[in-house]
Amino acid sequence: MFLSELGKLLISGDLWGPGLQFGALLLLPALGGVISERSGVVNVAMEGMMLTGAFFGAIVVVDTHSVLLAVLVAMLTGGMMALVHAFFAIQFKADQIVSGIAINIAALGLTGFLLPIFTNGEGVATLHAPLTLPNLDLAFLDHSAGVLGFINEVFLQQNVIFYISIAVLLGMQYLLFHTNIGLRIRSVGEHPQAADTAGINVRLIRYLCVITSGLLSGLAGAFLALGVAHIFNPNMTEGRGFIALAAMIFGKWKPWNTALACLIFGLGTELQYQFPLLPTTGIGIIDTPLHSTPLLAMIPYVLTILVLVGLIGRAVAPAADGLPYEPGGE
Amino acid sequence: MQELIETQEPGVGEAPLAVEMRHISKAWPGVVANDDVNLTVRRGEIHALVGENGAGKTTLMNILYGLVRPNSGEIFIDGKVARITGPRDAISLGIGMVHQHFMLIPPLTVAENIVLGREPGGTFSRYQRQEARARIADLSKQYGLHIDPDAITGQLSVGQQQRVEILKVLYRQAQILIMDEPTGVLTPQETGELFVVLRGLVAQGKTIIFITHKLREVLDLSDRVTVMRRGKVVGNLITRETSQEEIARLMVGREVLLRVEKTPARPGDVLLRVDRVTADSERGLAALRGVSFEVRAGEILGIAGVEGNGQSELVEVITGLRRATGGKVWLGDRDITNLSARQVRTAGIAHIPEDRRESGLVLGYTVGNNMILGRQRWALFSIDGILLRLKQILNWAVRLIREFDVRAPGPSTLARALSGGNQQKVVVARELSAEPKVLVASQPTRGVDIGAIEFIHRRLVAQRDAGAAILLVSAELDEIRSLSDRIAVMYEGRIVGIESPEVSEERLGLLMAGASPQQAEAERVARSTEGAAPAPLASQPQAAEAEPAASPQQADAEG
Repeated sequence: MFLSELGKLLISGDLWGPGLQFGALLLLPALGGVISERSGVVNVAMEGMMLTGAFFGAIVVVDTHSVLLAVLVAMLTGGMMALVHAFFAIQFKADQIVSGIAINIAALGLTGFLLPIFTNGEGVATLHAPLTLPNLDLAFLDHSAGVLGFINEVFLQQNVIFYISIAVLLGMQYLLFHTNIGLRIRSVGEHPQAADTAGINVRLIRYLCVITSGLLSGLAGAFLALGVAHIFNPNMTEGRGFIALAAMIFGKWKPWNTALACLIFGLGTELQYQFPLLPTTGIGIIDTPLHSTPLLAMIPYVLTILVLVGLIGRAVAPAADGLPYEPGGE
Repeated sequence: MQELIETQEPGVGEAPLAVEMRHISKAWPGVVANDDVNLTVRRGEIHALVGENGAGKTTLMNILYGLVRPNSGEIFIDGKVARITGPRDAISLGIGMVHQHFMLIPPLTVAENIVLGREPGGTFSRYQRQEARARIADLSKQYGLHIDPDAITGQLSVGQQQRVEILKVLYRQAQILIMDEPTGVLTPQETGELFVVLRGLVAQGKTIIFITHKLREVLDLSDRVTVMRRGKVVGNLITRETSQEEIARLMVGREVLLRVEKTPARPGDVLLRVDRVTADSERGLAALRGVSFEVRAGEILGIAGVEGNGQSELVEVITGLRRATGGKVWLGDRDITNLSARQVRTAGIAHIPEDRRESGLVLGYTVGNNMILGRQRWALFSIDGILLRLKQILNWAVRLIREFDVRAPGPSTLARALSGGNQQKVVVARELSAEPKVLVASQPTRGVDIGAIEFIHRRLVAQRDAGAAILLVSAELDEIRSLSDRIAVMYEGRIVGIESPEVSEERLGLLMAGASPQQAEAERVARSTEGAAPAPLASQPQAAEAEPAASPQQADAEG
C-alpha cells in the first residue's frame, strides 16, 4: 500500500512540478556561487543577498505596482550586498567566510529593521496578480493527459523565473567553458598570479563575478517573494542560500552538476510536503510526520557531507578559492 | 660601499640599448630591495643578472615586468621612456617573463595556458580551440619548441612546463625575455637543451635577461653580467673578460672559497642501512620502489636526482615521518623501521628538513626555543620533561648563536625575523649540536647565500670527520658533487646507480633522466665518438654547435 503510493508519487507531476520549482529557486544562487568561487572568492552570503532581494522586491512592487521594476531592484540590491562582500574580500583581503557570514547577519537585521519602517508597521500583505511574477499557462494544453499532461504540468506551467534560470544555467556553462572570458575567470580562480602575469585584471574579474553572484541571488529572492510565496516574511529564505551553497559543492563547482544537485534537493524539499500525505508505512517512528519531515529535510545536508568527505567522488574547489590575491613581492 | 666595477666595453657595446633602467629604488617596510640601481641591456645579447638570494634581482625584474612599482627611477625600452604600471604594459612593450615558480595553471591545457589573456578572437569571443592550436603549432615550428597543445599542463614534466612558459612569452611577441632562475629545477641535459633554445632565440633577434646564482651558467651562456649585492649594482662585467672567482667576490663582497676543502673519507662501520624500502606518496602512489644503500661512519653519501623522484619520501621514511610499506631501516644493528620521529631522534638520527619554514622551524618561536625543538625533554633543558629550564636554554642558544655565526640580535629574536641563511643556520646548529650518529641533511643550503653555504658545507664536512654518517639530499648537483664521497642517483623511487664523485656530469645527468647505468655508459661512448650534441630539441644549427664544446669544459671545471 505505502510502496505503491510512493511509486505513484515519484512519477507524478504533483512531485516534479513543485520539485522543479524549488530546484530552480536554488539554482540561481547556486550558479551565483559557482561563478564567484570559480573566480576565487568564497561566497557564503547567497542567503543574505537572496533575502535582501526578496525584501526590496516586495517593497518596490507594493509601492510602484511594477513587477519588472521590483525584479530589477531585487537584483540590484542583491548585487549591492555582493559588492560589499567583494569590497571586503578583494580590496581589504578580509577572511571571505567571515565577510559572508557578516553579510548574512546584516541582511537579516536590515530587512527586519526596515520592514516596519517601509510598511508602517503592518508588514507586506499577501500579493495578488498583477503584483506577482506570473506562471506560464498554455491554455490549449490545459486538459491534456498522459505524457503530454505530465510534461505540461511539470515543464510548461512554471514561473517565468524558472525559464530564466534555465537560460542562466545554459549561459553560465557556455560562459565558463566555451568563451575567452570563462577561461580568464577560471585562471583567476586557480592561479591569480599566473593570470596577472598573463595580463589579466584579477581584481576586475573577481569584482564582476562576485557582483554577478549577487545579481543572481537577488533575482532568486524576487522569485521567492513575488513568484512563489507572494508575500515577504522576515527570514523567509529559511536557509535556501545555504542549501544552494551545498548544491554548488555537491555539483563540484560545475554548472550542470550543480543544476542536478539543485534538482535533487528541490525534489527532496517537495517530498517533505508530500510524504505525510502518503498512507502509513507501519514503521511507527517514520509514520509520525513530526519525525519523517525533519528526517527528509536532512537529505541535502547529508548528501553534501558525503561529497565533502569524498564518498560520492571528491569535490575539488578551485585552487585559489578563498585566497586573497597579493600581487608582486619577492 | 660604492665599489663599482666597470669594464671598458669593446665590441658588444655597439648594439643599441633594449632596456635601460635608471636610478631604480624600491623599499618595503624594513627592507631596501633596490637602492639606486642602474641596468643596461643591449639588443640581441644574453645578459646575466647575478647576485645572492635577497640581492634584489627578482625585485628589479618584477619592476621591469610591472609586478612591482618602484619608489623612484625611470625605465627606457628601446630608448623611449616607458610607463609600466602592470604586466599588461610590459607585455605591450614586448617584455616577457618566465618566472622561477612557473605561472602556469595546472588543470588547463597547454594551449589554454599559452593564449591566456591574449586569446584569438579577443575578450568577448568564444574560445577558438582550433585557432589557438594552429598559432601554437606555428610558434613551435619557428622556435623548435615542441609540445602537445592539448596536454594537461599539470601532467607535464618540469622541463616541458618551462617550454610552455617560453612559448607563452613568445606568443605574446616578446622581444625581451626575462628568465628568472630557469635552471633550478632542470637536469643537466634539460639545462643544455634550454641553453640551445635561448641561443636560438638570440640568433632570431631576441634579447634575454637571465637571472641566476650559478656562476658556471653565467660563463657558459651570457655576453655581459650585472652583479647585485644587497640591493645595489656592484659590477658590470663582460663575460669573456671575467671569471667565476671575480663574480663570486663581487656577489659576496669578499674572497670566497668556491670549492669545499676536504680530505678523503675514512669510512668506518655501517651506521645507516636502508634495505629494500618501499613507501607510498601522499596521493597513494608508489614513491619508493625498493631502495637499498648503506652509509658508513665518516662518509657523506649524496642522493642526486631530479626533484620528485622519491628523495623526500626516502628522507621521511628514515626520519620517522612516513610509514614504510616494506623493507627495513637499520641504525647500526638496531631496527628503526617505522619508529616515530621522536624515537628515531632519540636513537641518534638528526634531520635537517628540506623546507626550513615548513618543518625546520617554528617561525613564531624565538631563536632560543627553536634551538631546542625536539630536544625539550632533555634533562639539560627541562625538569622531568615538564618544566623548562629557561636559563639553561638561553645559555645553550647563546653558545650556538656564537658557534654557528647566526646573525641574530639575540636568542629571544623571533625566527621569522631572520634572513633565510640565518634561519638555516639555526636549524643546522640545532641538528649538529645533538652530536648525532647519522645526519640526514635535505637541501641543507637551499635559498641560502654563498657565505652561509660555505659555512654549512664546512660544518657538514667537520661532522663527517668527527665520525658521523651523513646522508645528503640535494637538488644542486654541484653541492652533491663537491661534498659527497659517494653519489647515489634516484629515479622514480629507485637507486639507479651509485657513483664516485669523479663521475662525469653527463653520466650523472643521464642516470637522473632514467637511463640505466649500462645505457648511460653506451650513450656516453657513442656521443664521444660521434661528437653529437646531447639531444637538442631546437633546430638552430649554429646554436646546437656551441653545445658539445661547453659540456667537457663544464666537466673539467668541476672535476
